[in-house]
Amino acid sequence: MTSHSLGRFLDQYGGAGSFLSVCLLLILVMFGLPLFVSTFGLLQVTILAVMSIFALSQGFVWGFAGIMSFGQAGFLGLGAYAYAVAVINYGDSTLAVPISIILPMLFAAVMGYFMFYGRISDAYVGVITLTVSVILFQLINSTSGSQYRIGVVELGGFNGIPAIPPLNLIGDPSRPLDQTGIWYATMGGLLLVYSLLRFILMSRFGRVVVAIRENETRAQLIGYDPRLFKLLAFVIGAGIAGLAGCLYVNWAGYISPGVFALTMSAQAIIFVLVGGLGTLLGPILGAVLIQWLINTIGDQGTVDPGLGLGIILVAFVLLFPKGIVPLVQAAIQQALTLRKRNVGSPLPVDADPLQSGAE
Amino acid sequence: MNGENCFADQAKLLRVTNLRSGYGRIPIVNGLSFSVGEGELVGILGHNGMGKTTLLRTLMGYLPTSGGRIEMSGMDITQRSTTQRARAGIGYVPQGREVFPGLSVLENLRMGCFLNAEPENKVIDEILTFFPRLKAYLGRIGGALSGGEQQLLALARCMCGAPRIVLLDEPTEGIQPSIIEEMISTLRDIGKARNLTILLVEQNLNFLSALSQRILVLQKGMITSEISAETARDPALIHDFVGMA
Repeated sequence: MTSHSLGRFLDQYGGAGSFLSVCLLLILVMFGLPLFVSTFGLLQVTILAVMSIFALSQGFVWGFAGIMSFGQAGFLGLGAYAYAVAVINYGDSTLAVPISIILPMLFAAVMGYFMFYGRISDAYVGVITLTVSVILFQLINSTSGSQYRIGVVELGGFNGIPAIPPLNLIGDPSRPLDQTGIWYATMGGLLLVYSLLRFILMSRFGRVVVAIRENETRAQLIGYDPRLFKLLAFVIGAGIAGLAGCLYVNWAGYISPGVFALTMSAQAIIFVLVGGLGTLLGPILGAVLIQWLINTIGDQGTVDPGLGLGIILVAFVLLFPKGIVPLVQAAIQQALTLRKRNVGSPLPVDADPLQSGAE
Repeated sequence: MNGENCFADQAKLLRVTNLRSGYGRIPIVNGLSFSVGEGELVGILGHNGMGKTTLLRTLMGYLPTSGGRIEMSGMDITQRSTTQRARAGIGYVPQGREVFPGLSVLENLRMGCFLNAEPENKVIDEILTFFPRLKAYLGRIGGALSGGEQQLLALARCMCGAPRIVLLDEPTEGIQPSIIEEMISTLRDIGKARNLTILLVEQNLNFLSALSQRILVLQKGMITSEISAETARDPALIHDFVGMA
């Protein structure tokens, strides 16, 4: 194998090991946990998986596409409400699930079109996304009364929609999933979203999205239209958040305007910051750790979860601004380098490729 | 002098007429006209602040034109976006290299293939025959390369898109002499093999005269004269034209 083809091979398959390891770990947790944990325990960990999917949507849009979307909760809420309305009206979740993904995508397509084709700068994209999620919150919050209904479903204003049927086997509403089934569906969703994003990032589309994040003008010079690629990335992120919303409803069994709240959007940002911006494992790790912490703090009732989250955010921004995953990666890299030095490199010191590359 | 005297028989790939642009209200390019024929290697020489980079940025659509016209193969592209100009066949290697520092060399090259209809691997293999030095670094991230290697990568990435004309903005700036020599032979080889048109802005007279068939002298945002490559090699004569040697 020539050095050229070796380089290409490594480039193509070098990251495959970490991808397969994460998938294997997720599959192990997915099938292993129900053997050891009670139904109540499963209910508690299902929300961690739901939030991991939500965090991945934020992680992709912000960490890889560089779009400062501070209102991902808007898409989470749209997905959740779309599922609730569709599943109650149809009495079957078969169509409700795709609707919960497609509706936020359509909404993001319209919103993104005006933002990206209107050449709104990054900071204002953050403001607009945040504002839209607040508007959606206020809108749904003010739908009390029987006149606000879609089909047979009353939106219920502040009280939300209760008793939402869970997922059922495809095309068979008489066989709804139990809590264990919801766990499998949620973990399956997480596995699917993680794999999908991995494949997107390995593809030409993913490379362009990352390149645009690095430097929009450079990408333009090569002929790419950054507006289109940003729009597509934004729409994909909205679809993932919509799926998270659908699974959130299945976990909770009811839905209220709280899903659109600023705290939800803030949580997603904190998940990504703590786990590691620009990684896929980071948002999952951040979501699991922070959500677990929120649950624990909430159970004890000693510290306000919001205050706890704020302290964590400030601590990470000040002490570990890159987040956990990049920190661990750097530590492993350093350990490997030290070990190599101790063993003794066959190459002379001046043959260090990084040193020889420096001018 | 309008820079159109020589090569009048060659098909004009790029024609610039009475071009004006600048930053805000400050005019930098003041009614400048020239044209470049298919396969020509044209240099632009001028002191700092004379508008060389501004001219290239305006041609690429970075800066809006405040007057005049830019044509590519007879098509008016004056109001087109940067992306559209790149799609019309203009390649641009800006000052300071501008590779994607977080992407590997191979990924950088793949990025450049977007406008090329040929299969990506074939394009990259062909380009790497002109840039053998990059073959050893395919897996390394662009930001870890030396300045000279980054410049070669920026050139190679630009060539991957099979541009019809390449705008080069001071490619030798801060580059070690050995790589400058390599760059000259590489650009000559590619130019010959692909009938590539190059518009080169440069202050390095050796580089400029080694590559250019004719040189336009830019002063205060206007083309004031046109000289041959031989003239540019003569320090005494060049002093007469631009006051630099």
